[in-house]
Amino acid sequence: MSAREQDFGARLAFDRGAPGRRGVDVPRFEGVPHALPDASLLRTSLRLPELSQPELVRYYTALSDRNYGVDSGTYPLGSCTMKYNPKLNEAVAALSGFAEAHPLSSPLDVQGTLETLFELQAALAQITGMAGVGLAPAAGAHGELAGILMIKRALEDRGELERRRRVLVPDSAHGTNPATAAMAGFTVTQIPSAPDGSMDHEVLERELDDTVAALMVTEPNTLGLWERDIDEVAAKVHAAGAYVYGDGANLNAILGQVRFGDLGFDVVHLNLHKSFSTPHGGGGPGAGPVCCSAELLPYLPAPVVVNGGEVYLLERPERSIGQMQQFHGNVGVLLRAYTYIRSLGLEGLREISTNAALNANYLWALVRDAYDLPYGGPVLHEVVFSGARQRREHDVRTYDIAKRLIDYGFHPPTVYFPLIVDEALMIEPTESESRESVEALAAALVAIAEEAARGDEALHDAPVTAPIGRLDETAAARRPILRWAPREA
Amino acid sequence: MTSATGAEGAPHPYVPATEADTRIMLDRLGLTSTAQLFDALPADHRDPSIELPPALAEAEVLRLMRSRAAMNADALTRPSFLGAGAYRRAIPSIVPYLISRSEFMTAYTPYQPEISQGTLQSAFEYQSVVCELTGMDVSNTGLYDVASATAEACLLAVRSTGRRAVALLEPMHPGTIDVVRTYAYGAGVSVDVVRGVDELDAVHACVVVQQPDFLGTIHDVEAVANAAHAVGALCVVAADPFALGLLRSPGDAGADVVTGEGRDLAFGTQFGGPSVGLFAAREAHLRQMPGRIVGQTRELHGPREADGSEGAPRTGYVLTLQAREQFIRRERATSNVSTGQSLVALAFTIAVQAYGPHGMREAATLCYQRAHEAAARIGALPGYDIAERGPWFQEFLVRGPLPAREILAALEVRGIAGGLDVSGRDEEAAQDAFLCCVTDTTPPEHVDALVEALAEIGAGR
Amino acid sequence: MEIRDDRRYTSEHEWLLLDGAEGTIGISDYAQDELGDVVYVALPAVGARMTAGATFGEVESVKTVSELFAPVTGEVVAVNEALRDHPEHVNASPYDDGWMVRVRLDDPAQAAALLDAAAYRATLPA
Repeated sequence: MSAREQDFGARLAFDRGAPGRRGVDVPRFEGVPHALPDASLLRTSLRLPELSQPELVRYYTALSDRNYGVDSGTYPLGSCTMKYNPKLNEAVAALSGFAEAHPLSSPLDVQGTLETLFELQAALAQITGMAGVGLAPAAGAHGELAGILMIKRALEDRGELERRRRVLVPDSAHGTNPATAAMAGFTVTQIPSAPDGSMDHEVLERELDDTVAALMVTEPNTLGLWERDIDEVAAKVHAAGAYVYGDGANLNAILGQVRFGDLGFDVVHLNLHKSFSTPHGGGGPGAGPVCCSAELLPYLPAPVVVNGGEVYLLERPERSIGQMQQFHGNVGVLLRAYTYIRSLGLEGLREISTNAALNANYLWALVRDAYDLPYGGPVLHEVVFSGARQRREHDVRTYDIAKRLIDYGFHPPTVYFPLIVDEALMIEPTESESRESVEALAAALVAIAEEAARGDEALHDAPVTAPIGRLDETAAARRPILRWAPREA
Repeated sequence: MTSATGAEGAPHPYVPATEADTRIMLDRLGLTSTAQLFDALPADHRDPSIELPPALAEAEVLRLMRSRAAMNADALTRPSFLGAGAYRRAIPSIVPYLISRSEFMTAYTPYQPEISQGTLQSAFEYQSVVCELTGMDVSNTGLYDVASATAEACLLAVRSTGRRAVALLEPMHPGTIDVVRTYAYGAGVSVDVVRGVDELDAVHACVVVQQPDFLGTIHDVEAVANAAHAVGALCVVAADPFALGLLRSPGDAGADVVTGEGRDLAFGTQFGGPSVGLFAAREAHLRQMPGRIVGQTRELHGPREADGSEGAPRTGYVLTLQAREQFIRRERATSNVSTGQSLVALAFTIAVQAYGPHGMREAATLCYQRAHEAAARIGALPGYDIAERGPWFQEFLVRGPLPAREILAALEVRGIAGGLDVSGRDEEAAQDAFLCCVTDTTPPEHVDALVEALAEIGAGR
Repeated sequence: MEIRDDRRYTSEHEWLLLDGAEGTIGISDYAQDELGDVVYVALPAVGARMTAGATFGEVESVKTVSELFAPVTGEVVAVNEALRDHPEHVNASPYDDGWMVRVRLDDPAQAAALLDAAAYRATLPA
């Protein structure tokens, strides 16, 4: 094999194949052709790869071999809930009655889909304890935007929008929260975390005045801990005339155990590609439904599914913030989540959260002596260690620990988030991991801590067993190469 | 514990932990019951009453969902001429096969590039394909759909020019207009829906033109781009990437940002989603682009050779220019996008690469010819005419002897979804008309059925 | 950790080298070390106004972005175009090739209010 062949990444599809090859054929037009539009409206060239079908299949199959998914092994990314993706969900979404449905069909032609989406709305409302659900947002951040815009419009209708332009966000929040608030036209005031990991309630109360539109809070929070006295916090926010927004990314910890609505949340988004098992696909598609209180129902994004008596229909809520997508939502993803809920029932959902917490705490117990744990345990569904001790004593960073885990056969956990933990190592096994695989992950983490203490060079070279080694991210950012270009002869 | 289904004490198939496993783990934690795991949760809100149907075993779920799917009209036997942003395409069979490989499907966002080269290199292929189709310099890895991508393009134009208004050129998909208004409400930007480029002026950050437009017409994008640039505004083109197999690339015609919808070539219509919003722009706007971007680079150190020496560093791919994004810049990010539509983008890429340059042109041309042939047959029926609106691609306006609503109802009775009633729109050509779509995949016998039915309706039968 | 005596500093790690009524501005050796590999520097255009204490640009590394705070008030008269293609100058030569902008001060006396080298050194962690 030449050096070029060994460098798989240097040969894109554009660099393979040969002129004239094709990966699929197109039927011939049998009639009398009409004249095409004027040449000035047509393209004269199109540069795309020319590969035969077998070449394309081999190339993308080889690419998949250079990837690692939940089906490959443990994938303990904190806050991402990388649980098993049931294949039943795929079979259902692929049924042609669902897959081929046109979004502008007459409702009578799509009652199967509409009834299913209606029931999904009802199920999510029950699970969250909220009054209503909008299924349109395409991802969690999209749901956040919808939820904050709903609050904006509600304030506008109350005549208070001009005054209330601030959103309070804990410093442990995911970056999407402040970014969303800014996209909705609000300024962000950060609330620091107290030593126990919850928001600092003194600072919060000081900030709660009549210029606040909302508090955005993740519950449980990004440390895998329960935000203390959240129902009292919600009451104080309401007393100040503001709304409580819930980031539901960590729902896996509390499925069936407590409900956002009962705690006083006004609007919450969910990530169906987290707690509800739809596959991540390398970065989507997901779905981010938004669930709200009775007061905010009229503001839900369009459309919602309603029971019209004899038929299910799509409807635009009367003060809707508008549509979030050209059509109705990530329906294929919604169908998968529905299938999951029907497969589990309430008992199953409680089994999920119970085992998510059990696995995370078991991991905590097995690893707690090997790494610093700034906010302590026990935890809920995820545990955030710190690599600060290893950096201080052995000049080994969380970055190195993550790369070394790859050589042990695991996908690394989330690193350097949340920002309030130095050298953060955020681990969420989920309920899908068996006891043995949690023990294996714990053993690897402990072994790596020992390697660090011994000054083992493997930590700085890792990974060595992956398809490729550490990459020069600086060069990628300084001199960006963002598309294929023909090779110089 | 009880299992949701089946045997008492057995875990659900998705959850490995048995009672024995649970006991071992609880012992290690010094706990006696799993309920103690939730001691931190507020006691008076625990164990809420939640109404959900009881769990079904896998075989029961499948039977239920099959019956639900069967309640939907069958696209194979029920003729449908609906388009308006969702089009039935011939997705190459290798597409669903390849994307269902679990290494692609069950992977997360590629934060650890060493074990995510599959996702990253495929995303680089996607970015390259999108640039070639659109004629732009740079592409991101895809946004949610064409409407939200177009809204983000408007926000980019606002950031770039400092202006606070955007112009949307009719006829445009009402869903796209709606979404731009939603995002504009957040940003405090005003939205002008305009009928012609003469309505553009120096308040506008951009003009958005849909290509082909909502009523099917192919635009002279160069004229729109010139008019935009004359007032210092950006030209955003929301283009159908399938049509771009035949049509001049918007970049060639002077566009600054191009968006588009990849869903129909990737996953199919699916009642509207998931989709993938193409988003590409000229180099000058790179640092204002929302979404993830993948870049090419090399290893820091080459692989260890058999003789112990270090080999040449190999080519690899990484997420780059991340300082634009929410997890770094937080409230000053270009957008809040985190999870995108990566698997849909992969499917789109494989589909377009399977077609190749010739196949894309052939498929688009086939679509054009089938649509024009159908339009000619309908236009030749007594009492029917096709609105003349300049060159068009796959959708045409049909006017008949009855109001559009009544013709469509009569077609519905005959088991045919004839198209979209657009008679309520302002455009003269849309008066009393419905929008009829014929694509490269519309079965000829369905067109025959439509023509026959329209003839009957026209003859008062 | 180099801290040059010939210039003054802000507590946000910018330096100002005064030359009559004009001054050159950049970031300190400590700052470039904290940032890591600089990949991009966003700077104002020539002719732009700069207000003491307000941001006048940004420095990006692979994983961070930091604002640049104006040490003085004045008009930007020159910008280091070389940083567009060579952002690494900020790391390799923060006091020379890594200079960022040159400004004409409204009030040259404003420079005296900045920290001298010793005072700046005292603000840094031990």
